[in-house]
Amino acid sequence: MELSVLWFGIAVLAWVLFFVLEGFDFGVGFLGPLLGRTEAERGAAVRTVGPVWDGNEVWLVAAIGVTFAAFPDWYAALLSGLYLPMIALLLLLAVRGVAIEFRGKHDTARWRNRCDAALAASSLLLAGTWGAVLGVLVSGLALSPGGEVHVQGWLGGLGRSLDPLFGPWAVLGGFAGVLLTTVHGATFLALRTTGVLRQRARRLTIATAPALLVVALALFIAAGHAVVAAAAALLAVAAVAAWRRAEALAFAATTLAVAGSVVAVFTAHLQTGAGTGAWVLLRSTLGPSGDVTLGAAAASPAALHLITVAGVVILPGVLAYQAWSYWVFRRRVASGPSRRTARPAAVGRAAR
Amino acid sequence: MTIEDLTRLQFAVTTLYHYLFVPLSISLALFTALLQTAHLRRVRRGNTDDTFGRLSLLVGKLLMTTFAVGVVTGLVQEFQFGLSWSSFARFYGDVFGPTLAVEGMLAFFLEATFLGLWWFGRDRLPALVHLATIWIVAVGTAISAFVILAANSFMQNPVAYTIDAQTGRARLGSFSELLFNEVNLAAFPHTYAGAVMAGGALVMAVGVWHLLRGDYAEDTREFAAFRTLSRFGAWALLAGGGLVALSGDVLGKVITQVQPMKMAAAEALYRTTTGAPFSIFSYAPPGSDKPTFSLEVPGFLSFLAKGSFSAQVLGTKDLQDAYVAQFGPGDYVPWIPVAFWSFRLMIGVGMFAVVVAAAHLWVTRKSRVLRPDRRLAQGLLWSVGLLPLLPLAANSFGWIFTETARQPWLVFGLFKTADGVSPGLTFAEVAASLAAFTVVYGALAVVWVKLAVRLVRKGLPEIPAPAPTERAADDEFVTTY
Repeated sequence: MELSVLWFGIAVLAWVLFFVLEGFDFGVGFLGPLLGRTEAERGAAVRTVGPVWDGNEVWLVAAIGVTFAAFPDWYAALLSGLYLPMIALLLLLAVRGVAIEFRGKHDTARWRNRCDAALAASSLLLAGTWGAVLGVLVSGLALSPGGEVHVQGWLGGLGRSLDPLFGPWAVLGGFAGVLLTTVHGATFLALRTTGVLRQRARRLTIATAPALLVVALALFIAAGHAVVAAAAALLAVAAVAAWRRAEALAFAATTLAVAGSVVAVFTAHLQTGAGTGAWVLLRSTLGPSGDVTLGAAAASPAALHLITVAGVVILPGVLAYQAWSYWVFRRRVASGPSRRTARPAAVGRAAR
Repeated sequence: MTIEDLTRLQFAVTTLYHYLFVPLSISLALFTALLQTAHLRRVRRGNTDDTFGRLSLLVGKLLMTTFAVGVVTGLVQEFQFGLSWSSFARFYGDVFGPTLAVEGMLAFFLEATFLGLWWFGRDRLPALVHLATIWIVAVGTAISAFVILAANSFMQNPVAYTIDAQTGRARLGSFSELLFNEVNLAAFPHTYAGAVMAGGALVMAVGVWHLLRGDYAEDTREFAAFRTLSRFGAWALLAGGGLVALSGDVLGKVITQVQPMKMAAAEALYRTTTGAPFSIFSYAPPGSDKPTFSLEVPGFLSFLAKGSFSAQVLGTKDLQDAYVAQFGPGDYVPWIPVAFWSFRLMIGVGMFAVVVAAAHLWVTRKSRVLRPDRRLAQGLLWSVGLLPLLPLAANSFGWIFTETARQPWLVFGLFKTADGVSPGLTFAEVAASLAAFTVVYGALAVVWVKLAVRLVRKGLPEIPAPAPTERAADDEFVTTY
């Protein structure tokens, strides 16, 4: 197998891990304040991701780093073509990270409420904007043969990189992003909390999954991609599992649904260059001459060889200690009184 | 203002801002690890005094808040090459991409994951494992710094590459050669020591502030703890200052070799001179090639550059002529006043901080304490507000010098800054993003300072007892699938 194909796989894996892990982080970010009615409940929601969100976000560093290292042209075209949306994402991530990290470092109700508001708003916008950006990846960018978007656009040039966000695929992606994040975050919260928070999160999963199912089926009819059908089936599984109180199964189902959707987006155009045999990483809406292809975008064999050696040595270790950190924090986070904690003897098997 | 100017301004603003938090994260991680190690050693010996444990918690809290801002602003750095400098990313991606990827995979994952484990794992991990987590963070920050500085060192002194004849792009040769670039070997200790100075100044200021405010009576544990913290910070500042001077001397000589124009600009040395003097201050009217006034140390520039008081140092005019012959017509002289003054301010501001630290160590020598009624102590009190800013300012001046005195080159001798900007980028986009960065970064700075001041004001934190509710909840999870 060519190293560039291997690294395409690793890049997609890194993006998948980022969206799966940060997907529930984002969900918890805006569901916490929504489902937590008291400050203690909101605090418990944030604590479910507190120890791990930072490690999760590093998958974005890994994803963009691997994309840069293995496919410099893809990295350059994607980021410069989506300049303003990417800046917005970075600034939203900045606000969100600081809101999580600063929330517990000072103890007045006003401080925490402000942090919660910033966390909820940025998380919701992030879910929508990332969804829209993934939608743009499906529709493509107006790339000229040099790999750049040269269209000036409206508003004295601001439209150049904002315009793609207003296409039908981007809008649909934005909606799907928010909905999928809601279900994914809710199944995670149900898995990681106790008491009322757990009950509310479970109910939210049961209520939202069918809506997403409809969106997924509509997408399937429009795009005909088998992965979308699989995602729809998984959401049905999640809803049923939540209803049956099988929380780990529900979370596993939404995880696979997010992963499948991301894989579908990144492989959407691989085969469009079938005539020339070139795999398309990023489609140009101006015609095939602007397409960013796997072969042309790949770094030199020496660079790929280097990151292969580094990746083989380092990545299994990363996965191992991240898994360990999830194991260390496997305990549920208490979220205040509920019917169950009033009768400790009933806790346990009754949870099934 | 052109798109290139605005893009450069944006890069400078975002990078200098990021670099306010990086050195603090590096050093506070090291200090937290050291203090917690001291605490654990005492506990093992049966000493019930938890001063070092509480100090490690205070420094650790500062680390957590600082690291958070460092992470989110560092993410911007990693995207920036594709956002605004896509031509540069295409040319240089083969060298820079792997460096960034390796930094992310090798070091940044370590830092982020283990910092979470350290903060939340206090009552879930055995004491030694918990101590190991913060040491892993400290080592991770050092690895990060080394790898990222290797990428920057390539831009100062390109090594380990070939130019692809077909595409005209840089191709990576040997990664170990890239990492062990002679510029990096001098720049890493210099930068790391500068980071230790920044953290040292911060914790020293925290300690001195509590002592002089009179929050605690002299016989309390808290008073003793802050005295310890202030002296710990002062020693770090002093040690960092010594290493900065030594490594800076080595770095200066290496740079004189690989980028003679940078050192000539730092000294505003117009003509090649034998036994060149070092001017501490000089004034030249615009357009003239000779200063009308200057305060000089004879032969010292030659010594700094080559290690001999009588060595020959090349001047900007001769270098310009040589570069025109080598690279074709163009202006190869960087902006001299910026180079000249940033170089001096870096040294002067850093040295001033070291003097303050030495004064504090002298005043509090043996078992002496600070007396708010003594003049030297009052001077110290006056300087505590300023003190944490001094090494940070010195670090920033150092980066301004390093990056602007390389111009017009992005990669010295290979790739010009003007050729690196994203070709499709519009003026409106850069202006809008610069405005957005200014607003969000400004707000982050205000919130960070507010939070840090509150954390410090609260005094020495208690080591929290394990939370009982979560243990009870644990049983529930075991029986849930």
